[in-house]
Amino acid sequence: MTTAVDTGRKADLPPPAATVGVIGWLRENLFSSWFNTLLTVAAVYLLYVSIPPLMQWALFDAIWTGNEAKDCKLPDGERKDGACWIYVRAWIGGFMYGLYPYDLRWRVDLAGVLVVLMFAPLAIRKLPYKNWYGVAVILLYPLVAYFMFRGFIDFTPDNPLSHTHPWRTVETAKWGGLALTLLIASVGIIASLPLGILLALGRRSHMPIVSTFSVLFIELWRGVPLITVLFMSSVMLPLFLPAGVNFDKLLRALIGVTLFSAAYMAEVVRGGLQAIPKGQYEAAQAIGLNYVRMMALVVLPQALRYVIPSIVNTFIGLFKDTTLVAIIGMFDFLGAVQLGNADPKWLGFTVEGYVFAAAIYFLCCFSMSRYSLHLERKLHTGHKKR
Amino acid sequence: MAVDVKDATGASGTPIWLDARYRAIFFQIALLVLVVGFGAYIFHNTYRNLETRGIASGFAFLGTTAGFDIIMHLVPYSREASYGQALLVGLMNTLVVAAIGIVLATIVGFTVGVARLSRNWLVARLAAVYIEVIRNVPLLLQIIFWYQVLGKSTPNPRQSVTIGEAIFLSNRGLYMPAPVPEPGFQFVPIAFVAGIVGAVAMARWAKKRQEATGRQFPTISASLGLILGLPILALLVTGIPFHWDYPVLQGFNFEGGMVLIPEFISLSFALVVYTGAFIAENVRAGIMAVSHGQTEAAYAVGLRPGPTLRLVVIPQAMRVIIPPLTSQYLNLTKNSSLATAIAYPDLVAVFAGTVLNQTGQAIECIAITMAVYLTTSLSTSIFMNWFNRKMALTER
Repeated sequence: MTTAVDTGRKADLPPPAATVGVIGWLRENLFSSWFNTLLTVAAVYLLYVSIPPLMQWALFDAIWTGNEAKDCKLPDGERKDGACWIYVRAWIGGFMYGLYPYDLRWRVDLAGVLVVLMFAPLAIRKLPYKNWYGVAVILLYPLVAYFMFRGFIDFTPDNPLSHTHPWRTVETAKWGGLALTLLIASVGIIASLPLGILLALGRRSHMPIVSTFSVLFIELWRGVPLITVLFMSSVMLPLFLPAGVNFDKLLRALIGVTLFSAAYMAEVVRGGLQAIPKGQYEAAQAIGLNYVRMMALVVLPQALRYVIPSIVNTFIGLFKDTTLVAIIGMFDFLGAVQLGNADPKWLGFTVEGYVFAAAIYFLCCFSMSRYSLHLERKLHTGHKKR
Repeated sequence: MAVDVKDATGASGTPIWLDARYRAIFFQIALLVLVVGFGAYIFHNTYRNLETRGIASGFAFLGTTAGFDIIMHLVPYSREASYGQALLVGLMNTLVVAAIGIVLATIVGFTVGVARLSRNWLVARLAAVYIEVIRNVPLLLQIIFWYQVLGKSTPNPRQSVTIGEAIFLSNRGLYMPAPVPEPGFQFVPIAFVAGIVGAVAMARWAKKRQEATGRQFPTISASLGLILGLPILALLVTGIPFHWDYPVLQGFNFEGGMVLIPEFISLSFALVVYTGAFIAENVRAGIMAVSHGQTEAAYAVGLRPGPTLRLVVIPQAMRVIIPPLTSQYLNLTKNSSLATAIAYPDLVAVFAGTVLNQTGQAIECIAITMAVYLTTSLSTSIFMNWFNRKMALTER
């Protein structure tokens, strides 16, 4: 007796409607369990109470047209509900350049254009003498920028040209805004790199006195907050100098920032040095290189390449930390925003100023951190950590 | 075969200036001379400068009368107190912000870090946005921002928001009833300490028993019961020996009770939000460092997602999380010095600010401030290193 068995293959049934498409995605990612559903509801509620009022304030109710504070106010003097972006527009120059003379702001812009032009060739993959060019630009550009910012013709105050000449000097106390923030952060990173490398080598040295000094220096700066370092450089440094020698406020702040970030840089470089396999050191010694050549030609190029993303991260940290110079009375980006907030013509719009500052800081730091992630992926292909 | 017979120093044939050992000694002596010489030069300059400017030196000023008020003090302080007491007040204010900040930032960080890895798409996105936005905006800006927002969005004391006429929120801060101890209250802290000691002892016993017999003991709930229950028991036995001091509106401000000043609230809020975002990233990295096989193995032996996270993933992730967590704690403590921007009277604002300006003794003030931070940092890292060694993988 045989039973008829259908051996022919039937078409597959489609997956249940609840597991595919939008509904499937929703069930999988938002409503997979009662707890997950609860979370989703809570998150949606959070978005509901935060996003619409925020949009209302920042976009729909915001005041975009007008030139004066009264455009942001009701007839009775109370301010309108929305954000007053015309305040930011009126003060944007102040935020960018601080107290820098209005007619000379093009010099700061020129310095900004020059940095792009001078560093652009480094983006070419196969530039001949690329390393030498890079070093030359890094050493040369600060000088160029210094003279762009400061100018080079020093007039006596009674000379009429001292108010009109395009290349008259501008004292550092007038430098400010985002330009000053970028300046302090860049000088801090560039100047702290050589010092940090020396400290990192010193910390790994077998010579007890050298390594003790390095460890003491690094731990001292890493153990105290930057604000005390800045206070120190602004009130103690003048006492350390011989009578008659005086550093201006900006230079003192730069010294403080550099010493501070050198300690952090040293730890970053040390991480890179530790990632280099011992075989590299031994091979360099085997072909007869002395310590300096071994480090300069074999170890450091690899170690530094390895820590470039960390250096970018340190730079981001320093970029954010430069806001602290506002506490010792300099007008960096945050200081300039506070200056604008205290402008009697625009009283009452502090929140707009701070939100704008936060947005700019976020844009700068976020893009740099994405860049550092990109570098990390690019540089670490085929590298093995030990 | 001509073997070079070396003398006792093993340096024959090498000139002394090419011998690595002698060079090392020479180099170190040179460095020592350089550093000591530089130090002496600075010391000499400083001495001359102080003399010409007529600034006193030494630490005698710590005993003289301060003559200024501090808006928040946890230890008794008045205008007549000494600079030394002002230092103590500033230090206490820094420590209390750091302690509260560390506890809350850890809670926020772990919650957000786990949420960042949640299978719930919306929650994970929200956590990611929080982390990215907060980490990329300078802390000082956030502190000032929250201070401004708090100052603007809270009413004046007369119109303050109140909960049951006991807690008042206004632009002068958050006023709350303060417990005033009466005789007999001293048993409560004793019971609290006894509870902690008992909990530690019980945890040890429970661990030993679990290792010996495999039987689990509800350690966490039992220790909570001990730590909270014993003081409550002491309170009840001694007849609740305290009364509440309620804040009362007098003229333009409140009298009595205890107050969290707006500076304190906005500073600790900003510190918690900022450090929490960094801790969340550390937690995420730590959890991701635990291989997925561990989770799968836990599911395979029948554990549910909750216990899997608690018993399998988190203990292993902690080993990765603790070292960066230490540096976040240190960062929070150091970052609390930004208080000076909103005039919260922390160590830097009081001592490197007001006291320095009044006495002019910059070197002593800055040196003491730095020494305090350095001591705090070093002792925290020593403690966390000890904790890390305890948690570290013991391979058997």
